[in-house]
Amino acid sequence: MKTVAELNAIKQKRGELFGASMHHILVCGGTGCTSSKSMNIIKELNAQIEAKHLEGKVRVVMTGCFGLCAKGPIVVVYPEGTFYHSISVDDVTDIIDTHIIGGTPVERLLHKEETGETVMKLDDTKFMNKQKRLALHNCGVINPECIDEYIARDGYQALAKVVTEMTPQDVIDVVLASGLRGRGGAGFPTGRKWAFAKASKGDVKYVCCNADEGDPGAFMDRSVLEGDPHVVIEAMAIAAYAIGSNQGFVYIRAEYPIAVQRLQKAIDDAKANGVLGDNIFGSGFSFNLEIRLGAGAFVCGEETALMTSIEGKRGEPRPRPPFPAIKGLFGKPTILNNVETYANIPAIIRNGAEWFSSMGTEKSKGTKVFALGGKIVNTGLVEVPMGTTLREIVFDIGGGIPNGKKFKAAQTGGPSGGCIPESHLDVPIDYDNLIAIGSMMGSGGLIVMDEDNCMVDIAKFFLEFTVDESCGKCTPCRIGNKRLLELLTKVTEGTATMEDIERMEQLCQYIKNNSLCGLGQTAPNPVLSTLRYFRDEYIAHVRDKVCPAGVCKKLVRFEIDKDKCIGCGLCARQCPANAIERTDYIAPGHKLASMAINNEKCVKCGACMAACKFNAIHKA
Amino acid sequence: MKKVTNIPFDGTPEQEAQLREVLSKLKSVPGGLMPAMQQAQEIYGYLPKEVQVIIAEEMGVSLSEVYGIATFYAQFALSPKGEYKVAVCLGTACYVKGSGEIFDEFSKLLGIENGGVTPDKRFSLDATRCIGCCGLAPVLTINDEVYGKITAKDVAGILAKYNA
Repeated sequence: MKTVAELNAIKQKRGELFGASMHHILVCGGTGCTSSKSMNIIKELNAQIEAKHLEGKVRVVMTGCFGLCAKGPIVVVYPEGTFYHSISVDDVTDIIDTHIIGGTPVERLLHKEETGETVMKLDDTKFMNKQKRLALHNCGVINPECIDEYIARDGYQALAKVVTEMTPQDVIDVVLASGLRGRGGAGFPTGRKWAFAKASKGDVKYVCCNADEGDPGAFMDRSVLEGDPHVVIEAMAIAAYAIGSNQGFVYIRAEYPIAVQRLQKAIDDAKANGVLGDNIFGSGFSFNLEIRLGAGAFVCGEETALMTSIEGKRGEPRPRPPFPAIKGLFGKPTILNNVETYANIPAIIRNGAEWFSSMGTEKSKGTKVFALGGKIVNTGLVEVPMGTTLREIVFDIGGGIPNGKKFKAAQTGGPSGGCIPESHLDVPIDYDNLIAIGSMMGSGGLIVMDEDNCMVDIAKFFLEFTVDESCGKCTPCRIGNKRLLELLTKVTEGTATMEDIERMEQLCQYIKNNSLCGLGQTAPNPVLSTLRYFRDEYIAHVRDKVCPAGVCKKLVRFEIDKDKCIGCGLCARQCPANAIERTDYIAPGHKLASMAINNEKCVKCGACMAACKFNAIHKA
Repeated sequence: MKKVTNIPFDGTPEQEAQLREVLSKLKSVPGGLMPAMQQAQEIYGYLPKEVQVIIAEEMGVSLSEVYGIATFYAQFALSPKGEYKVAVCLGTACYVKGSGEIFDEFSKLLGIENGGVTPDKRFSLDATRCIGCCGLAPVLTINDEVYGKITAKDVAGILAKYNA
């Protein structure tokens, strides 16, 4: 493919196939669904199509993530758009016989809302109602391993327009006017970053993509790379044109094998089709792209550390300035954007800056993808306009908390973010509002916690993570966070004093103010935000030596309800510490004397509670 | 600190030939040291000192630089892995759903800690970062098999499948 006309020819030819009067069975091939064996469903569908001579009448397409990971594996049948969930290989016969041959949907595999109402299409579910898919435009729609399908959905049109009709300054002006801000966490305006790099002198410049999604519980970037890898390639080529670069690197986590493999295939296909490589669309502009694998270091999500890692060294950050736009990878001017930021670029070029800036809030334009996880019914990937409230995301889209439990907090921003309590659920989400309530946007992980989660334990979990991931280069982060963790551990073990809480707050400020990079500067956030909103839980640990949620093992006591206990002795046989003894109390209506726990010997493993068939043992 | 193994190195001449070939290709690539170590780990399963020495010599860097990188990144292992690699996800979504207890149960039943391998080299245990299937939380993987929505009570049953 050397010309725009050839690109349009592919688009038209492939578009006709989409519109053809045949069935398309879309099966999710994202990490969540493949882990529940969706590849076997594809195999079985193809086997039955062959056996039942349906070739030419039905096409099976492996796609990227549909978003509703909790209900995987997901299958959608077009042209009707019928949405089937929790599908196994055993359901394939029904889908083929009843739906494809018989023409009626398979009732039992359809989605039902809590109200009992059956929903036919994914778009009509409460989960999708309030969503707006920009960055995820192609996820769950096209086959990510087929460049023609991407082209059919306007793929590479933006790149064609940029290199044949626009100057680099035009491109930067559009991105600036769109108001797009970096989706990796800090929210720096993307257009300004590009403008700095363009103004930077140098014959060699680099374009990098941060796909080192290290935030635990976040999988937005992975889903984009798995579901729509070409969008990242196209956007990086556009960025390269804008700043005057010819070489790009995608730094991606090795823990994402499917994403790595699909991105590599997309790069190879893009090269074979002439949209990567020399003289793209005959414009004289050339751009090449390489993948570099991360090796499991959270700090490498920080921009200077990431570049040091691509250089093949220990991924330690370095002080800024000089900023990467002046002196970045291999000492050359470099821009680094995250996957989701790039995923917005081609649509902005195609539809214009105003189209994009009409969505969102005053200072945060467009949409944001969140990975919804934890104690929530609809675990999955959601994309909403900026300004949507947390309550809408958690309760309307996410379906609320399972098992009738009470919402306690939503955690955004991963280990750099904070916990948001019920009282702030109605704040419209954007970069600035989240910072104002003590959290941050981060890359988009959104973990929901219920009454069974101890907030001190959660703060400790995140701090353990950052202590483990601190690169060790600067003292406030390396030693400060370790001391902070020790204080926090004292709280969870019931040995802390009220002065320790003050000491923690002081230490948090020192670490925030003095650390070298974003990792250290934000590491105390989980502690500060839980101290701000859940101080009573800290006080309960410190003063009353109680963990209200019953999580912190040192503070948990197990007790046997002597009237519920029938004296079977099962708990005593399970106890590894021989801490359970028989009493001489026989409850009314029971034959054997009840059991009791000797808390001096108890190791708090919980084996007794798990063993008891009469719910007679509880945490106190 | 990473565990350095005391299990003797048993690399074959074939592995070494394969390694040297990889290294000769990556020697001139800017930033090629990490890809070199990643491929070396693919060949040997881990990075014993003997392999680090070859990498350092071939790539023209000091052994301390190689060791520095090997200890910096979580992915590089200095001990061999077991025949069955148990990896329990301790990402946030899994953690709030109790993956910590699942990890403890494996540790108890296998008698090894994070990063350890059983003396018969059948099982190794690792706590991993988010593997991205939060819809199945809590999850663990044993080699390429993914187990989702499990509880600590399921652990003994899962191990029994591999001990059969």
